[in-house]
Amino acid sequence: MPDITLWFQDLLAGNVIFTPQTLGYYWDGLVTTTQLVFLSLVIGLVLAVPLAIGRSSERRWISLPIYLYTYVFRGTPLLIQLYIIYYGVVFFDGIQETFLWPMLREAFYPALIAFTLNTAAYTTEIFRGAIKATGRGEIEAARAYGMSDALMMRRIILPSAFRRALPAYGNEVIFMLHASAIASVVTLMDLTGAARFVYARFYAPFEAFLFVAAIYLCLTFAILYFFRWLEKRLLAHLRPQS
Amino acid sequence: MAATPIPLEVRNIKKRFGDTEVLKGLSLCARKGDVITLIGASGSGKSTFLRCMNLLEQPDEGDLIVHGEEIRFKQTRHGREPADWKQVVRMRARLSMVFQSFNLWAHMTLLENVIEAPVHVLGKPKKEAIEHAHALLERVGLTARADAYPAQMSGGQQQRGAIARALAMDPEVMLFDEPTSALDPELVGDVLKVMRELADEGRTMIVVTHEMGFARDVSSQVIYLHEGVVEEAGPPRQLLDTPQSPRLKQFLAPKY
Amino acid sequence: MLDLHGYGPRLLEGAGVTLQLAVLSLALAVLLGLLTASARMSRNWLLQRIAILYTTVIRGVPDLVLMMLLFFGGQMALNVVTDAVYDRFGVDWYVNLNAFAAGALTIGFIFGAYMGETFRGAFMAVDHGQIEAGKAYGMSPWLVFRRIRFPQMMRHALPGISNNWMVLLKTTALVSVIGLTDMVRVAAEASRATHEPFTFLIPVAAVYLLIASVSEWLFARLQKRYDVGFGGH
Repeated sequence: MPDITLWFQDLLAGNVIFTPQTLGYYWDGLVTTTQLVFLSLVIGLVLAVPLAIGRSSERRWISLPIYLYTYVFRGTPLLIQLYIIYYGVVFFDGIQETFLWPMLREAFYPALIAFTLNTAAYTTEIFRGAIKATGRGEIEAARAYGMSDALMMRRIILPSAFRRALPAYGNEVIFMLHASAIASVVTLMDLTGAARFVYARFYAPFEAFLFVAAIYLCLTFAILYFFRWLEKRLLAHLRPQS
Repeated sequence: MAATPIPLEVRNIKKRFGDTEVLKGLSLCARKGDVITLIGASGSGKSTFLRCMNLLEQPDEGDLIVHGEEIRFKQTRHGREPADWKQVVRMRARLSMVFQSFNLWAHMTLLENVIEAPVHVLGKPKKEAIEHAHALLERVGLTARADAYPAQMSGGQQQRGAIARALAMDPEVMLFDEPTSALDPELVGDVLKVMRELADEGRTMIVVTHEMGFARDVSSQVIYLHEGVVEEAGPPRQLLDTPQSPRLKQFLAPKY
Repeated sequence: MLDLHGYGPRLLEGAGVTLQLAVLSLALAVLLGLLTASARMSRNWLLQRIAILYTTVIRGVPDLVLMMLLFFGGQMALNVVTDAVYDRFGVDWYVNLNAFAAGALTIGFIFGAYMGETFRGAFMAVDHGQIEAGKAYGMSPWLVFRRIRFPQMMRHALPGISNNWMVLLKTTALVSVIGLTDMVRVAAEASRATHEPFTFLIPVAAVYLLIASVSEWLFARLQKRYDVGFGGH
């Protein structure tokens, strides 16, 4: 074990930019990025399911507000959404007195809120499309067997919709990873924030950004392979018999 | 006195797909006015053979002579290829093909389909091409559909339109690749009628088909292919009424 | 009504910059996309590899990181080159990368990869029989491409192009980070100066929505035009 750290330090010894300290920044950035992306995806996913069901509802008073929400959040840049929440959160009267304030002061939580709302909007649309694409025959069969709407949604439509949504959702996860770089604009020290710091400090754009690009590339491939594996397992029933 | 060149001649055509040899040395000579019908089971290679004649498939071996001009080939990394693509383009303008799935250009009207090649390949003036096109559409009975899109026409109409398109090029030889196989039975007759009229006019035609009636009544020669080899060939009455080879007998026997 | 504290004209200017940038980038992206798609489908092994590398890297790295790399790194690379030229030839040639040009080149370069994938799928979706008929009638490869392949491909490509455009439009907001004075940057500045973020950010958001809606309408019309003949009975 000590040999490896020694070897590693030797490797970096002559290096001015990639010191253990600098790599530490990148590591912290990686942790922050992972937290931000993971949390916003999970919460967004949980929000998206009821929203998607609501969006597919026949009752306009449910589907219309949800439509407006997804329309606005998918039609405007994430950067704007981030700015609005980050700068605007101060403006809710009395918010500085609440218990939430210490949290909201940090850059992380406004960013999390913005990203969550954003991914929830896109995911809602993805699930809505998947729900809509449920085969009519499957629904007819469910009704013929006396299933209530709720039961049908729970046992027939949603499970098959989730699987159908997998390719599109995989893309969304990757988009979210890439979009998280924008959080660095409000000075959040994520991966990109770390890269910008290194660039500013050493005036070395290539080293700073190429390195972080490589990290993002690896993360992207990891997500890609994960979803391909998931698709193989869950969509096996749709593949033609060999 | 120079003899008029033979419209189409192929010699010793061989074609391989991967490890399978699909055409094992086929030859054919189409003189002016000949109507040659190629028959055989699926997989016998008859469509592939036809498609080698206008180089939609590249034969691995063999000679191709169109209107007296021999197509030159060269060897490349990917196999044998025509040496001069300009020559190929010239050759294809002399041979018109009618496809099993019609292949009318979907984004153009019927009229536009018929004038497309004469205008853009032969350089005919548009007005002239349009006049000629109207005459051809009348011949095949589609004057009313001139401004329709292929998607708006029935299969039989599309195929007759495709024949008009083929005629617009005033080809030396017309190649038909199973022209009626994709049609509903009641539409087949209309298309065969047009083809019969073309044969009566003296057009040189090479037809791959399963329509034995056509083969018997209209063609000047029938070639029966089996697994890439000419099993039997000859005048239609002789071949179809008194088949010699046992395989041909079996092929022609009514199946219930 | 809406008091923009005098930032109105600058915001409008910024909106113009955003729109110009987006359209220019789109043009570049479409061009690059067509080139990439043909490289991907060509028989030349090297061209294929380059195209695959290009699309893979672009789709694997965040737009913002690519932008900063190309912009900051690009300026530095240019300086290195001009310095070398000066050392070698004594020519004092100073090239300053105009932020607008850099932004357009960068965004165009990024979305060229996405357009490449769109065009590749669209080309593959064209019914092969249509192309065979073209070939069989003596059309040269260029004629087949111009008269048959391209028009039919566009019909398949339009939805993808429209989607890419929508994403591209929103990505232009990021150029405010590398210093281009688009409307997002003006709004951010104004927000900080007047402590009234909503006053500026919400109109800017509205402008994006407006451009998006108009684009949607335009693309729907284009799609109708290219769909002609494919509608069915």
